[in-house]
Amino acid sequence: MKNSKLLFIISFISIVACAQKHKSVVIADAPKSIDYTSEVVVPELDIPWGFVFLPDGALLITEKTGELIHFKDGIKTSIEGLPEVYLRGQGGLMDIELHPNYSENGWLYITHSSADGLGEGGNTALIRAQLSGTKLTSVERLYKAEPNSKRGQHFGSRIEFDMDGYLYFSIGDRGNRDLNPQNITRDCGKIYRLNADGSIPKDNPFVETPDAKTAIYSYGHRNPQGMVRHPDTGKIWVHEHGPRGGDEINRIKKGGNFGWPLISYGINYSGTSFTENTDLPGMEQPLFYWVPSIAPSGMAFVTSDIYPELKNNLLVGSLKFEYLERLVLKNNTVVKREKLLEGMGRFRHVRQGPDGFIYASIEGIGIIKIVPNKL
Amino acid sequence: MKVFSFVVLLMGVFLMLFFKSSYETKDTAYKTIQSIALKESIKRGNAVYSDFCISCHLPNGEGVQNIYPPLANSDYLKANRHASIKGLKYGLKGEITVNGVQYNKYMPPMGLSADEIADVMNFSNHSWGNSYGKIVTIEEVSEIKK
Repeated sequence: MKNSKLLFIISFISIVACAQKHKSVVIADAPKSIDYTSEVVVPELDIPWGFVFLPDGALLITEKTGELIHFKDGIKTSIEGLPEVYLRGQGGLMDIELHPNYSENGWLYITHSSADGLGEGGNTALIRAQLSGTKLTSVERLYKAEPNSKRGQHFGSRIEFDMDGYLYFSIGDRGNRDLNPQNITRDCGKIYRLNADGSIPKDNPFVETPDAKTAIYSYGHRNPQGMVRHPDTGKIWVHEHGPRGGDEINRIKKGGNFGWPLISYGINYSGTSFTENTDLPGMEQPLFYWVPSIAPSGMAFVTSDIYPELKNNLLVGSLKFEYLERLVLKNNTVVKREKLLEGMGRFRHVRQGPDGFIYASIEGIGIIKIVPNKL
Repeated sequence: MKVFSFVVLLMGVFLMLFFKSSYETKDTAYKTIQSIALKESIKRGNAVYSDFCISCHLPNGEGVQNIYPPLANSDYLKANRHASIKGLKYGLKGEITVNGVQYNKYMPPMGLSADEIADVMNFSNHSWGNSYGKIVTIEEVSEIKK
């Protein structure tokens, strides 16, 4: 009897251990030497989801609860004219991005959750608008995912432009992994590609597919909250939250299926497994996967000379472990990971500013700037 | 005479028993309705919890020490019914002490309706070994202002 109990415990442990599948191939270490400090440049923000630098040095910051904040010379101004934000669970006011020719055309792009349209609840919308004084004007909705849902999860969303001026943005699976991500006739669990005016590019991968959502560029995503253009190749890189384990970095590919939830390096929050597969034919493998999950949000490549040791590295915010992750890449493979600024709080977004400095937004703190000691 | 007073006494006893049992029946029925309402609310609250709370407070309400306070066996939840409901409704900011550990994080409002807040309060108050207070009603949630 005692033996059978022991056997049960051993088999239970081994099942749980097996369910964890593969750990990340590279482990994150604390840095050996720290030769930089951080300085708060925008204080007192709750959930600074996204931020951009305007040509005049001002910052535009999105607060998740639905406030767009203009910050210049130490003064915060609330910008009016946003569409109504459906505040629910992980949804709210999300990313903000400038048109590549912003200084000429003034177009700002913003994602938020919205209750408009089909069904109860809400879903992710993309708008563009111009800033006139302290108001948004010429507000145009470019996309609204449907149907709405009352679920609290996975609205995405990040926005990025490629070298050719196409706009990419992400929407998560909205907590409906079995219905949305693998079905290209449905919204959610997708990366979308649009022209800057919101029209569908003629060469989008599914424009000829019957009933498909033609804005889709790639599918099989869970919840991408990081998106950035590679400074050299111009390719769009995204990362996405896995469940328990299985966060991923992916390079987006036209028409690519990134596998969620048929392949994954993660397991359910409860510890049970939902797929045995980490690899299936016709599905893309991640460039890197995190097990355990770091809950990635925001992503930036360092190109400036201000931080010689960080140059060409990828920075990713960790919500869960509250640090900024440094990923050193060699031939598109992660060879080293480091925890920067550990313990400061939940890192929501990171950008390299026009001045070459790295800025990151932290929940409950604000926006910080990383300053090297020997400058 | 003796027989008469005995009958009166007997009737009195019967009457007392009758009213008492009728009162008890009513009370039990009330309690049963309450406990059915609570059970149903807890069930709905479980779904709300799995959707909106589980990723930080974790499946067994244990939280993450120093980051996300526990709800299971939580002295804060037990003693701060009003503040807990208010936190769910409008967000919770600033320092709180839970089971002797200080937390200073921001819990954003999740956009839950009054019935969902009542349900998830009832679920948290009566799960993982917790047995905190009487049923939270929609009315109670609605009355709490910012």
